[in-house]
Amino acid sequence: MAYITCENLSLGYENETILEGLNFQVHQGEYLCIVGENGTGKSTLIKTILNLQKPKEGEILLGDGLLQSEIGYLPQQTLVQKDFPATVYEVVISGTLSRLGRKPFYGKKEKEMARKTLEELGMWELRKRSYRKLSGGQQQRVLLARAMCATSKVIVLDEPVTGLDPKVTAELYDLIHEVNQKGMTILMVSHDLQALSYATHVLHLAKDTCFFGTVEAYEEHEMGKRFLKEGGKQA
Amino acid sequence: MSEWISKLEFYLNYPFVRYALIVGVLISFCSSLLGVTLVLKRYSFIGDGLSHVAFGAMAVGTVLKLSNNMFLILPVTVVAAVILLKTGQNTRLKGDAAIAVMSVSALAIGYLAMNVFGTSANVSGDVCTTLFGSTSILTLTKGEVILCCIMSLLVIVFFVLFYHRIFSVTFDEKFTMATGNNAGRYNLVIAVVTAIIIVLAMNLVGSLLITALLVFPALSAMRIMDSFLGVILYSAGISVFGTVVGMLISVTFSTPVGSTIVVIYMILFGCNCLLERVMNR
Repeated sequence: MAYITCENLSLGYENETILEGLNFQVHQGEYLCIVGENGTGKSTLIKTILNLQKPKEGEILLGDGLLQSEIGYLPQQTLVQKDFPATVYEVVISGTLSRLGRKPFYGKKEKEMARKTLEELGMWELRKRSYRKLSGGQQQRVLLARAMCATSKVIVLDEPVTGLDPKVTAELYDLIHEVNQKGMTILMVSHDLQALSYATHVLHLAKDTCFFGTVEAYEEHEMGKRFLKEGGKQA
Repeated sequence: MSEWISKLEFYLNYPFVRYALIVGVLISFCSSLLGVTLVLKRYSFIGDGLSHVAFGAMAVGTVLKLSNNMFLILPVTVVAAVILLKTGQNTRLKGDAAIAVMSVSALAIGYLAMNVFGTSANVSGDVCTTLFGSTSILTLTKGEVILCCIMSLLVIVFFVLFYHRIFSVTFDEKFTMATGNNAGRYNLVIAVVTAIIIVLAMNLVGSLLITALLVFPALSAMRIMDSFLGVILYSAGISVFGTVVGMLISVTFSTPVGSTIVVIYMILFGCNCLLERVMNR
């Protein structure tokens, strides 16, 4: 049984269908890269997987004991966040909120979780720094740490490298790869080719046909060849 | 200076001045707690809209000669808060328009009711009092003071218990929802508590100046503090300090309470902006 199974999924808004008949599975430990032009429904797909939006048709099944609340999320940064007065630690530990149940405050377990994750990502020394004073790459690391506090199973990343310079981008991809190697399942929306080098599977969304398969198959496939030739940018 | 102090001592002997100070401290403390969240969530405008609704409800209550206005104002404002929040979620523009519509309607209805059905000889004086709260805080009855204390304590207890959840929905609503927390419900509770605070704060500064109470302390604190907890505590401190100073000045120099407090807030905000500049050097 797969973690996430999309069956004949149609996405869109009230009167408009963006995507139709989408089928794919994500298994434990896989790294799925979601590519596609703007407006092909990448963000909508992610929102649907996160249960922030209902699919128009079809369904998303969770299996292998995966709960909806065990899908962590690294959203695109909002304006509110860029200027938000909070320390790194405050942001990261807020990831454990869903583990609290009805308790009002964080206990030993949650604090331990936050510490462990921060150490793992090499951010423990920065814990008292203000989030808004960090660089873009560091901010993304903080958000990744928060997502890892929320779950040890699946993390969905929505264009995590937007606005980062090439060096920081590469570092962030390395880090995500490392996290994936330790057993975390990754779903990532991305624009560029670099992301593909670590992925195990590709989902290419397009207006008429969609591709889903392993990276190797994608490289042989017509859609993949075109995407790779164009350098990935805005493909 | 010594003359001012002896004058102050003289006034502090009166129970109504002490009541006013207690209520002022509690209200400013509560409003600063929620103010941080409202500013960060870009909800400041909801506070402004709600204060107008509260004015309308108060005017209608006065005309109906209710023994205690609170029982009309509070539910009306809470309902308005819920409606504003729901419309605000669809699109920003709609939310803005909804607030404009609601606040001007409430103002118009309130003034009309007072003018047409009012029995008071001094309508414009009454209106001025409810809008700018010039004397109402000094005329509070013991019952109103107790009600205000209970409400403030409830707000504080709520805030402490929900502190981490409030942080989470303020920082990132989508993440909070995605990881299985009911962000919509937290938003609703925040709106309801905001409505309660606004109704309480009407006594202190009047309905037109309430937004200052919500916004200034939060903005001042955000200039200086780096952590969320720090911002909350600093803004609570600055808010209480500003209110006490403002009220003491207002009592001794017989200036209007609300506007004096707001002017003190403005000065404090200016000081914090300067302090930020100096610290960043």
